[in-house]
Amino acid sequence: MAQIFPKWTNLIPLIVGLATLPCAALAVTLVYYYGSPKFTDVGYRPIQPVAYSHKLHAGELGLDCRYCHAQVEVSPVATVPPTKVCMNCHATVLRDSLKLAPVRESMATGTPIQWVRIHNIPDYAYFDHSVHVSAGVGCASCHGNIQEMEVVQQAMPLSMAWCLDCHRNPDMHLRPLSEVTNMEWTPPKDQQAFADRARAERDINPTSDCSACHR
Amino acid sequence: MSVEAFNVTSDDPTRRAPLVLGDHDFESITDTVCGVVEKPKPPVAWYIAFTISSLFALLFFVLLAYLFGVGIGVWGVQNPVGWGFAIVNFVFWVGIGHAGTLISAILFLFRQKWRTGINRAAEAMTIFAVICALIFPAIHIGRWWMPYYMIPYPNQMGMWPNFRSPLLWDVFAVGTYFTVSLVFWYMGMIPDLASLRDRAQTRTRQVIYGILAVGWRGSQRHWHRYERAYLLLAALATPLVLSVHSVVSMDFAVSILPGWHTTIFPPYFVAGAIFSGFAMVATLLIPARQWFGLKDFITLRHLENMAKIILATGSIVGYAYSVEFFMAWYSGSAIEQFTFLNRSLGPYMWAYWIMVFCNVVVPQAFWIKRIRCNVWLMWCLCILVNVGMWFERFVIVVSSLANDFLPSSWDYYTPTFVDLGMLAGSFGIFFSLFLLFCRYLPMIAIAEVKRTMPQADPHYHSAAIGVED
Repeated sequence: MAQIFPKWTNLIPLIVGLATLPCAALAVTLVYYYGSPKFTDVGYRPIQPVAYSHKLHAGELGLDCRYCHAQVEVSPVATVPPTKVCMNCHATVLRDSLKLAPVRESMATGTPIQWVRIHNIPDYAYFDHSVHVSAGVGCASCHGNIQEMEVVQQAMPLSMAWCLDCHRNPDMHLRPLSEVTNMEWTPPKDQQAFADRARAERDINPTSDCSACHR
Repeated sequence: MSVEAFNVTSDDPTRRAPLVLGDHDFESITDTVCGVVEKPKPPVAWYIAFTISSLFALLFFVLLAYLFGVGIGVWGVQNPVGWGFAIVNFVFWVGIGHAGTLISAILFLFRQKWRTGINRAAEAMTIFAVICALIFPAIHIGRWWMPYYMIPYPNQMGMWPNFRSPLLWDVFAVGTYFTVSLVFWYMGMIPDLASLRDRAQTRTRQVIYGILAVGWRGSQRHWHRYERAYLLLAALATPLVLSVHSVVSMDFAVSILPGWHTTIFPPYFVAGAIFSGFAMVATLLIPARQWFGLKDFITLRHLENMAKIILATGSIVGYAYSVEFFMAWYSGSAIEQFTFLNRSLGPYMWAYWIMVFCNVVVPQAFWIKRIRCNVWLMWCLCILVNVGMWFERFVIVVSSLANDFLPSSWDYYTPTFVDLGMLAGSFGIFFSLFLLFCRYLPMIAIAEVKRTMPQADPHYHSAAIGVED
């Protein structure tokens, strides 16, 4: 009786047997790497309508974060400053700069500048800036070293596991309240002792219940 | 018919009735069983049955699209009955599957040779029933695009499913059950698939059955390994017969709801599952043996044995019902007592008494040999058992939820047409798959049936020569 299948088909079980494990491992690795917010979200740097430099303003000039993001200590949102805040200085500084033309136009027409949101968490996740700032979590903990960024980009994955990491153990991210906006701050040697004190004083007990963020 | 019937179902253990009737030898068995698949056209009854069941299957998918488009508000679930038909159907279908594993694994380990005539079809039935069962938990979660959340895998949320929840144990129990049943069924079929390959008249059949037969040549070495593997799989599947429905019952028993929170649930569910499973095997095989001319292999003795198992497990189920009442009285708990009185005399009493009639009263008829040997009467009784076992799950799920601790939230559960259509549709999927199986795969384990024949006895030929001398 003639054979139905050619001889090489005898190799199929061997090939399948040998290839299954590496292929599965490769698939898991690819999804784990390319599917992670560390890959998909970190480094998001959209082109903004105005070539505003955080490096220049927050870094070299030393403006405090809260000069522009004024509501961060009292409001859930940090607020993007209105054009008027820009014009506080630029009414007199660099009045004729080409780079500032869109700002002057916005001021003249009253149409707000359409800044592109970078740190965008889903609607089903509740986040409140004021709670975190008044607990002593530094801006840089979530936003990275903004004063080194010419154009701001997303520095952290903002994934749920990343939020939970800090909610489960916030000690290394707590600072004296005066250091919240300091981009260069690093935890001192006695950070643990400080964190214990700060948690008692400020009554910091971050919850990892579902309803903490999914309200 | 009756005299003949008594001969082929002899109760005298020293003179067992033969398992293969008619004048069959090895070749004619292969011819008959493969013939079902090889005939150019199936019997007319097959076309009629397949048309009806595939229309119901289509109905299921149409309603599924409606459900996905609109949401589970189209079902009758509400507060406090959050588990409606979906869970009832899930438990019902998982239970149906148990007969297949029991026949293929436990009866194999106990050397019950009569299993060979029915094990293939029963295993196929198991696979199809578990497929129907698995659809319902996947769609009842509401966000049907996220059933993968049930699987524990490292994820960007830093979260695991709740390992303390029996709902997660269920995922593993049913998943394992499906995998093992599928492997067992397929592996057992390989020698018969090779027969179909070798007998194939067209190139297409040769290639398809050739791929499915994975190079089986029937050598001594193949058979040796096959039988070892079969024994190992039987040993692996045996605990599953008991564990799967035990875990399913824990979905209820681990909660604190009166009527669910009882320790009797695991054994009671397992007995009920085997009870309903055998009833479904009989429901399927009685017409199938008629249509496909397999009465010589699925004999009255096979059917009678199944009737006996239905009688035994049905009695266990009836006993469990009465123990539930005893425990409610003996507990002294007013809420527990109310729950059972409410079940039997409250708003769902119609469902409760359908259940008691079908599951407790009906199988008692099988004490009578004349009924066990009347094939079509047995078929009707088995359908009643199927109905009863569906209502058992309905009574457990709905009556306990509808009247819980808070009288202010009590409500009467009414299924919508989508609920009813999806129940009917799941039967459509089940029967469609089974009919396709009958048409395209060997319905009877050819190699195993041959082993139970007198010709397979090593002394058969010498005995024959001795007679001639």
